[in-house]
Amino acid sequence: MVTDKLTATHQFIEELTKHSGKAFMSATDIGQALRYLEENGIPNNKHEDYKYCNIEAILRKEFKTITGKENDLSIPDLKQNYVIISAYNIYVFNGKLHSDPFDFPEGVSISPINNASTEYLHNHLTKYAPSNGDALIALNTAYADRGMFLHVTKSFNKPIVIHHINSSEGNLFFNVRNLFVIEKNAEAQLVEFHHASNNKYFTNNLTEISVAENAHVNHTIIQDAGAVSYSINTTKVHQQKQSNYTNSCFTFSGALVRNNLSIAVDAEFAEAHLFGLFITKSNQLVDNHTLVDHLKPNCQSNELYKGIVGGKSTAVFNGQIFVEKDAQKTNAYQSSKNILLSDDATVNAKPELEIYANDVKCSHGTSTGKVDENALFYLKARGIGEESAHKLLLQAFAHEVIDQLKSDTIKEKVSELFEQSLQD
Amino acid sequence: MLFVKNLKAEIDGKEILKGINLEVKAGEVHAIMGPNGSGKSTLSAVLAGREDYQVTEGSVSFNGKDLLELSAEYRAREGVFLAFQYPVEIPGVSNINFLRTALNEIRKYKGLPDMEAKDFLALIKEKQKLVELDAKLTGRSVNEGFSGGEKKRNEIFQMAVLEPKLAILDETDSGLDIDALRIVATGVNKLKSKNNATIVITHYQRLLDYIVPDFVHILYNGKIVKSGGKELALEMEEKGYDEIKKEYDTTTV
Ligand SMILES: Nc1ncnc2c1ncn2[C@@H]1O[C@H](COP(=O)(O)OP(=O)(O)OP(=O)(O)O)[C@@H](O)[C@H]1O
Ligand SMILES: [Mg+2]
Repeated sequence: MVTDKLTATHQFIEELTKHSGKAFMSATDIGQALRYLEENGIPNNKHEDYKYCNIEAILRKEFKTITGKENDLSIPDLKQNYVIISAYNIYVFNGKLHSDPFDFPEGVSISPINNASTEYLHNHLTKYAPSNGDALIALNTAYADRGMFLHVTKSFNKPIVIHHINSSEGNLFFNVRNLFVIEKNAEAQLVEFHHASNNKYFTNNLTEISVAENAHVNHTIIQDAGAVSYSINTTKVHQQKQSNYTNSCFTFSGALVRNNLSIAVDAEFAEAHLFGLFITKSNQLVDNHTLVDHLKPNCQSNELYKGIVGGKSTAVFNGQIFVEKDAQKTNAYQSSKNILLSDDATVNAKPELEIYANDVKCSHGTSTGKVDENALFYLKARGIGEESAHKLLLQAFAHEVIDQLKSDTIKEKVSELFEQSLQD
Repeated sequence: MLFVKNLKAEIDGKEILKGINLEVKAGEVHAIMGPNGSGKSTLSAVLAGREDYQVTEGSVSFNGKDLLELSAEYRAREGVFLAFQYPVEIPGVSNINFLRTALNEIRKYKGLPDMEAKDFLALIKEKQKLVELDAKLTGRSVNEGFSGGEKKRNEIFQMAVLEPKLAILDETDSGLDIDALRIVATGVNKLKSKNNATIVITHYQRLLDYIVPDFVHILYNGKIVKSGGKELALEMEEKGYDEIKKEYDTTTV
């Protein structure tokens, strides 16, 4: 029985990943990943971490057979349709970096992960995302065949916008593996922009980020991948001394969006900031799992997640903060706020603090409610229509998260997407 | 302008307005006084279109329109303005954006185009002066962190910008210091014309020294139990509500 089930799972994974190659991953890592996968299978609702997010069921239902034939899109097409001004725009198509010679500032290099130098792969890959503990990491480690390597050695001001665009005939499933290495004293603004696509696809994205001493990374993720996209986005960050990492994650569309963001604050005087804003509707499932692991003393983390949850959608926020024994004088704050727009929508918000040090300042708060009726009446009593009044209040709610963005052009783009998603 | 006939309203099955009759003509100022809990704020909320209250009987017509048929925003666009007893704080919505949205929605309803940005700013400046509102406050979120007096002044400021036909001021005087009271009252008087009307809800004669009412009504237990000229307010201030309460309570037993 058990073996039958294992074989079935195995066959299923084989089907999902039949086109994969894995040149950049070491045989040992792949071996470990496969073993973990074999033992644990793909997560379903029996796994505590995937209680509301039955990946196995979704895959079996929507991706039983993979029929996709990847389309090709030319760079001029991409450039015409997807561009952010005052930024470096780069294009990733079905998870593969489009090689386009263009001017990067000195100190930034980008290549397909297959071409990354073995030195960096060896030093960083799987170090922040070990396979044991999460089957989706294992799946990615075993089967990822595409992705990019980004290396930043100097500071620069303009954001690098990575446009993720997918297109195929038939459905697609693929594993994308990225590695971002930000070297000492470097400062970078990275924006990952997931655009809507015509086809049904499932991506299992995994990005490992190394933030070296005194490096500053502002990482923004915009998820607007459309109604037939399914994605797992695992971001594993490792922070060194005095570094600063800010992650802002905006989810505007997607049938399934599961974000696993975890940050190891692993040296003194480092700072981590986590911001999230999601708007869900119809039958969407948006599940944000975050973990800040404070391993060393004198660090700070600050987290603010906001959700506007409507239709028959389900939103999950699970925010873990670990303060390990050594991490004295940690300041860690977390807040999650949700507005429910309909009675059929569900929010599951759960903070989880585990504190093993005794000299720390930590707090967390979570709230879920409806639009403030008194405020709504006040606006209407001044002549503002129901719809505009709602919009004003939701904008006000989201403002804090959007406004902290560093780059004005990104801020504008996000505001625009936000307003659009309120409308439809 | 406004005809209220036998208006009855309840909340959660509890009757609060028990048959209000009131007629307000253009150019008039009416004062409504009465003990705490008698239904003054309820009356103003029902007139402004708060949906928590169910109107069970009666009618309200405003310039020929059935007010009870309209939702709050349409009443405001028709020219009803309620200065709240407890103005609401709305973090994240700037006062200025709020007012511009309100003004333009009212204009749209009247078939007018959006106001030009520079005209709007000029209007804001002019009205700020009228109620001596600190310019810094207009840049902040609606009422957020405003002092009690600042909130009340902000209500009158909004009224000055929106220029309603009927203004209902629900205890706009409470919480104001003497100077602010004078400023607010002067503002209200300057906005008064033969085409608009004001209902002033207050507990104190003091405000009525500045805004002189044509009629004074005493609301008690959901009904207007006594009406008169401005001298009625003085009389109440002197005697208190005991006599009215006694008379009314005994007649209803
Ligand atoms: N939501 C509600 N549920 C139950 N009772 C209510 C509700 N709102 C108002 N009331 C009651 O209705 C009555 C009238 O209240 P209202 O606020 O209109 O009084 P008021 O005359 O404005 O008093 P004040 O002078 O204190 O402002 C009060 O007894 C109050 O408790
Ligand atoms: Mg009152």
